[in-house]
Amino acid sequence: MSEEFPPVLQALAEAVSAEFPGGLLSRTSFRGNLRFHVCPDKAHEILKYLKTRGGFGMLVELSAADYLQYPDAEDRYGVWYCLLDVENGRRLIVKTKANDPDPTLDSVVDLWEGANWMEREVYDMYGIVFRNHPDLRRILLPDEFVGHPLRRDYPMRGKGERHNFPVLTRAEG
Amino acid sequence: MALKLADVIAPPADVRERDYLWTLNFGPQHPATHTTLRIVLNLDGEVIVNSIPDIGFLHSGFEKLGEHLDFNQYVTIVDRMNYISPVANEIAWHHSVETLLGIDLTPRCQYIRVIFSELMRLHDHLLCVGAAALDLGAFTAFLYAFNQREKINELNEWASGQRFHPSYTRVGGLQRDIDDVWIGKLRAFIKQFPSALADVTGLLNRNRIFLDRTRDIGILTREEAINRSVTGPVARASGLVRDLRKDEPYLAYKDFDFKVVAAKEGDCLARYLVRMEEMRESIKIISQAIENLPSGPVNASVDERMVLPNQLSVYRSIEGLIHHFELFMTNRKWKPPVEEVYAATESPNGELGFYIVSDGTGTAYRARTRPPSLVHFALFNHLAQGHTISEVAPILGSLNIIAAELDR
Amino acid sequence: MALEDFLGDNIFVTKLNDIASWCRKNSLWPMPFATACCGIELMATGASKHDIARFGAEAFRFSPRQCDLMIVAGRVVMKMVPVLQRIWLQMPEPKWCISMGACASSGGVFDTYSVVQGIDRFLPVDVYIPGCPPRPEQLLQAVIDLQDKIQRTGTVLGSEFDRRIRPEGPRPLALEVPQELQIVAPGNYASSNRLVPGSCHNSQANLLQGLSGLKGENLS
Repeated sequence: MSEEFPPVLQALAEAVSAEFPGGLLSRTSFRGNLRFHVCPDKAHEILKYLKTRGGFGMLVELSAADYLQYPDAEDRYGVWYCLLDVENGRRLIVKTKANDPDPTLDSVVDLWEGANWMEREVYDMYGIVFRNHPDLRRILLPDEFVGHPLRRDYPMRGKGERHNFPVLTRAEG
Repeated sequence: MALKLADVIAPPADVRERDYLWTLNFGPQHPATHTTLRIVLNLDGEVIVNSIPDIGFLHSGFEKLGEHLDFNQYVTIVDRMNYISPVANEIAWHHSVETLLGIDLTPRCQYIRVIFSELMRLHDHLLCVGAAALDLGAFTAFLYAFNQREKINELNEWASGQRFHPSYTRVGGLQRDIDDVWIGKLRAFIKQFPSALADVTGLLNRNRIFLDRTRDIGILTREEAINRSVTGPVARASGLVRDLRKDEPYLAYKDFDFKVVAAKEGDCLARYLVRMEEMRESIKIISQAIENLPSGPVNASVDERMVLPNQLSVYRSIEGLIHHFELFMTNRKWKPPVEEVYAATESPNGELGFYIVSDGTGTAYRARTRPPSLVHFALFNHLAQGHTISEVAPILGSLNIIAAELDR
Repeated sequence: MALEDFLGDNIFVTKLNDIASWCRKNSLWPMPFATACCGIELMATGASKHDIARFGAEAFRFSPRQCDLMIVAGRVVMKMVPVLQRIWLQMPEPKWCISMGACASSGGVFDTYSVVQGIDRFLPVDVYIPGCPPRPEQLLQAVIDLQDKIQRTGTVLGSEFDRRIRPEGPRPLALEVPQELQIVAPGNYASSNRLVPGSCHNSQANLLQGLSGLKGENLS
């Protein structure tokens, strides 16, 4: 299933391994998706390196998944950063991970402003806290909401939050 | 930790001593927001000092549903995401699923999907342009645009049976093939479309009010577009010339002769003009696709039990029935590799991608949408600062924010 | 007959209720509470092909205080319910509500944690429209049906609403979830986008009544 990395990215992977020993855990690929799996402590430095030296100027997508019920998963949360080299049209996915009890990662808003809302969404849906994020608030759910609905242990029909409203009748208003 | 909206509604510290600033709540029920956006504006007179978008008023748990519905069922939900270009979402979703399953589409299916993608681009841009004009007081342009949208709705209905949410694609194919009557209707549509577009152009392009309210409003530079992950017509209007149809050709796009439309001004007028020109290019693609439409089956590799069998074989042969069963029984379905895949298409609004995490069953373990509207609405504060309240409407109109895709 | 002979051709005799209802039904001012896909079909109904102006209801006003017909088009989620209720309370009497589409009427395909399973659980509804989304013709039919309802039941003083003091929708779903598992999501009504308690005089009482009604008494 896995295919070869193009030479440019192979050279980049070697440069990253040399620059950050132990930072690049592995490389995988699947149907044209080329992935670097990186250590969460060094994720921010590696992404910064990829942006400044690797030419990946645009963060196309950032989100996460909860691997609680995933077969043979070792870590609870996986976070991916889909990068794009605008000049050469290359893509690269950087994956890192986070774990309970307090999943934390470094924010990349200082590198890409576009990460702002995407990180807020991950925080809202999974409870992963991004350190140094300028404005880490819930984005989609109300401020008073408790819990993180996209976690696998959250029931799809919720825990009663959609029921709790006053009932209006014709007699008022 | 745990910041709340009330904490940030107050003006930034450097302007807090200017106590003449006032706060205006814009939305969530406001005509210029089209659907359900809320923006809290800090104003100096009528100049916007700062704005805080508050979203989530239509958050309906699409991605949670994606973890419970299989690859074919979820297409009905995806439809309702960017509801002004439904088939474009279906194509994006099934593009990701087919990338995961490794299905190669038949040429006929690819061409029909290209035709539908481009019809949806017309559908989307017509509403965007029409509604933006409506917000600026040009009601007639909206009526002209909706007239054409009705015609596209009829095409949807003829092809799939539903005019608004066709749910037309299936894994590896389509719900059903198109027929000659439909092609005749499509030919009639593209024949009359340029004159309708010319009507809208004639109403707006030299309209003094429209130009004054859109030119030099909400300028986005190329560097900011890259920094803020902007894609699609909004990026192309800022000189970031990227179009997945050309850069990473999916479906049959490499067979077609079309131009990528771009501008360098990056203001609301440029975004409007890019959309108008893209509609002309779409018409070119559709007419090429009809002329060269390949014959043959629309569903790919039926033997490998990835694609639904046709109705006759289900009713009249045991193999067809078993095949149908295999794809519908909850413990059978598809057997994708235990892998993850990100695949994107150029939807009318920008790069619409799906990141699918698969655990080897016929249901996605995680179905993440990369929504262009979320990325574009995050621009709002950047674009609106320093403009007046009346310019909120053209900026929102030119970004084409669809709340269902924004909030999911 | 004798009276009409006396008054001549230019004067009709009718009941005050009928003339008031006749005026009301032919000049509905819709308030489009358009949240999602149905909102686009609502716009299509207002556009040239379907043209809701034929039924005297083309004057869409986004300000609730100038409207008497709320068309809820699209799904309503938990963050939006307080907004919806506040807008409903701001509309002047007499007022009516059309629940347009499957999502507004029942939650539709979105049986998820955030989508309210039918606005009628929290709001009185007069006409429901099925469909996802309904065709513009269906919305027009709903307007016609509502006009018929107004003509049949309307009174000049609005006394037809007097009897409707109990919640009219289905039972609250709250008891589906065991008490210990429940999250009270929009718990803090004091925050800015929530319905402030006391703004509608007996809403809390209604909620309590609705919940106690479940213990045995039939709500309808």
